[in-house]
Amino acid sequence: MASYPQEFRFGNFIASIIWLVFWVLLIVTLVALPLIFIILFYVPLPLANGEVLTPYLFLSMVVDPTRTLPILQFFMQTDLFKIAVFPGFTYAALIAAVTIFVERKFLAKMQLRIGPLYAGKIEGIFQLLADGLKLVSKEIIVPSGADKPIFWAAPIAFVATAAAVTALIPVAPGWVVADLDVGIVAVFAILGFFPLIALLFSWASNSKYPFIGGLRALHQLIAFEIPFILSALSAVLLAGTLNLSGIAEAQQPYWFVLFLPISAFVFYISSLAEVERVPFDLPEAESEIVAGWLTETSGMIYGLIQLGTYIKLYALSAIFVVLFLGGWSGPQIFPQELGPPGEKTPLEQMLTLEGIYNPGTANAIFWFTLKTFGVIMLMLLPRGISPRIRIDILLHTGWYKLIVLSFINIFIALALVYGGVFGPEGILTSG
Amino acid sequence: MAGVHESKVDEAIEMGMQVVKEYTADDDRLMTLSVGPQHPGSGHFRFTIKLDGDYIVYCDPDPGYVHRGEEKMCEYRNFIQNIPHLERPVIHDSANITYSYSLAVEQLVGIEVPRRGQFIRALTSELDRQVYTLYWLAIYGIFLGHSTMFMWPTADRELFIDLLDSLTGARVTHAFNIPGGVRNDVPEGFKEKTLRHIAYYEKRLKEYEDIFYNNPLLRQRTEGVGLLTKEDAIKLGVTGSVLRASGVPFDVRKSEPYDIYNEIDFKVQYMRTGDSFARAYVPFLDMKESCNIMRQLLDKMPESGEVRAKLQPNPKGPAGETYRRVESGRGALGYYIVSDGTPRPYRVKISVGSFRNILALPHLLVGSKLADMPSIYWALNYWPVEADR
Repeated sequence: MASYPQEFRFGNFIASIIWLVFWVLLIVTLVALPLIFIILFYVPLPLANGEVLTPYLFLSMVVDPTRTLPILQFFMQTDLFKIAVFPGFTYAALIAAVTIFVERKFLAKMQLRIGPLYAGKIEGIFQLLADGLKLVSKEIIVPSGADKPIFWAAPIAFVATAAAVTALIPVAPGWVVADLDVGIVAVFAILGFFPLIALLFSWASNSKYPFIGGLRALHQLIAFEIPFILSALSAVLLAGTLNLSGIAEAQQPYWFVLFLPISAFVFYISSLAEVERVPFDLPEAESEIVAGWLTETSGMIYGLIQLGTYIKLYALSAIFVVLFLGGWSGPQIFPQELGPPGEKTPLEQMLTLEGIYNPGTANAIFWFTLKTFGVIMLMLLPRGISPRIRIDILLHTGWYKLIVLSFINIFIALALVYGGVFGPEGILTSG
Repeated sequence: MAGVHESKVDEAIEMGMQVVKEYTADDDRLMTLSVGPQHPGSGHFRFTIKLDGDYIVYCDPDPGYVHRGEEKMCEYRNFIQNIPHLERPVIHDSANITYSYSLAVEQLVGIEVPRRGQFIRALTSELDRQVYTLYWLAIYGIFLGHSTMFMWPTADRELFIDLLDSLTGARVTHAFNIPGGVRNDVPEGFKEKTLRHIAYYEKRLKEYEDIFYNNPLLRQRTEGVGLLTKEDAIKLGVTGSVLRASGVPFDVRKSEPYDIYNEIDFKVQYMRTGDSFARAYVPFLDMKESCNIMRQLLDKMPESGEVRAKLQPNPKGPAGETYRRVESGRGALGYYIVSDGTPRPYRVKISVGSFRNILALPHLLVGSKLADMPSIYWALNYWPVEADR
């Protein structure tokens, strides 16, 4: 039985809202505000442009636009901003969200359908929001006999691992969370966690279909790890560095895809297998093993794993762009300054983002995002045209064909380096 | 379907034979999986399989989840009242399942269907064959993970559902073929509309072939999988597309022509390889040939005339028995009716193609891989509701 008030009175409804507001105000003034003041007394506050960044100063940016830009500038220099907002999680999650929507509409057009239509008036643009709300509101069912700590931890670990890959991606010169000298190695080190998480989760589910799916995921991810690394290696050979920013800079005039088309192809195929997309979606093969290693997921556990998968899709596409498509390079299309030149009023300054706007960075971000989206679309394409592959064919492809193909391109890369085209003092080496 | 395909089949025979010899069903290292009735790849049907690694070593089909006692229900209704509930077992192919019932009742009662009625009947039968086979193909597509092949046939099904709607007044369950002919004459402009739809549909069939049947990944997955030799096919008693895929050119429309099918010029579509790909491709060839048949039917149909023979309100025949069958989307579909001279049948037995085909399932699944299970199972052209009746 649904529990709803038998005798609904509008007056009671208003009274309950007033009662709620009363309690919220009471608790905020008596408990929350004193707590905040106590914390502010002990915590040292950061300096923004020589001023102590107190909550009052922070709040004043709402009313005084001249204060906004310095505070924003200050925030953009912090590590927290990089990790949480721009090249980090929010940017990746935003691209993942757009990807999900674009995928649905794109696939629908291929299949003579309409796709999402009703949520949010314009072409179902809020469908993702509706789906998210549905997943959040659903009950999470943990199977009896499940290994509960791992069952709860694995989805979070999945998203965290996917987000960790995005930390290594240079979106624009200087805009990278962790600019490691061994960047590409770190990427593969992090990607190595995924088979482990899939197997742990499937084992923790205590069910047969997830177990088969987990084993399939393990086989698949390990089989494609080696061609994946080998195909990236040829780009490293040409660039002469393991640093991802360095690799992107090394291909300023000529993208590596011109010299390493076979590697790019192998990398693309391996990425498809890595993100478990059609035709390599056999860990989730619906008609064979229900939903594979996701069979026992429900509610937001499923939502988290899907979010992780799409963030992983973005990360692998971005790495493809960095390795083969010249990273952020592209013709300059942004003007030196936003708005008309000359003196500006504070409001105009805020609108034209003075001090924050940098034409080089804006251009780099634009081209990088555009290329990444192109690669993402390429990754979505097989879902409309291809059936699922079988595990033995998949392993054969991974262990024999792709490894041989990537070795061929490594030899081409070596020939280019020793022939003096690339490498130190090479003809086409940039800088 | 040239030499390359057949050499792959030989390879698979060797591999398959090896596997079956190696394992026995009682072993602790086997994993038992219950596929269905809530498994997304089973339908209203369950089978238990035992796995050794990725290989299926044992299979036990367990139909009966949608048994509705259609045969018993027939004994409590008269010959006309039976029509609407007899089409329930396979609503997508309801014209064919009532077709053979009507033929059997006509033989029992001893009436002749008017010529125009025979043509319209054959036309609905062919239209429903398209509707059913498209639905079957859609599910075959999604079973192999090809989502476009799920969406396209389900959309193109509307072409024929639209025609049947204008002809019979119902989208799927028509109750249109009745003893004595068909209920109504065709509506105005029906012939032109049908020809237009068929012309569009034949263009679409070419696209199906490009995106699905000629897809190298599909070929890899289905060629040489689930081999059914000609001898085994005859021994197991399979019918319809499964039998024709194994190289037996058997089609009831050709071998025992009913109504006006002996005036129609068409070929029996069959392949020799007997693998999962052949079983998936023969229904597609059937659909192509069915377009031909429909064109001829529309051409040769008399311009006017009766569509239904006059029957008594409560028809009854002499005491005796009768058996008639037609070629449905799933193979030979026959009715065996015993009458004791009253207006109600004494016994009705429906012999459906689905149930004959599922008998081959254990034979084909044992020794194959788990990943091939959906492609073998659904290529058998099995409709669980029809088999359970």
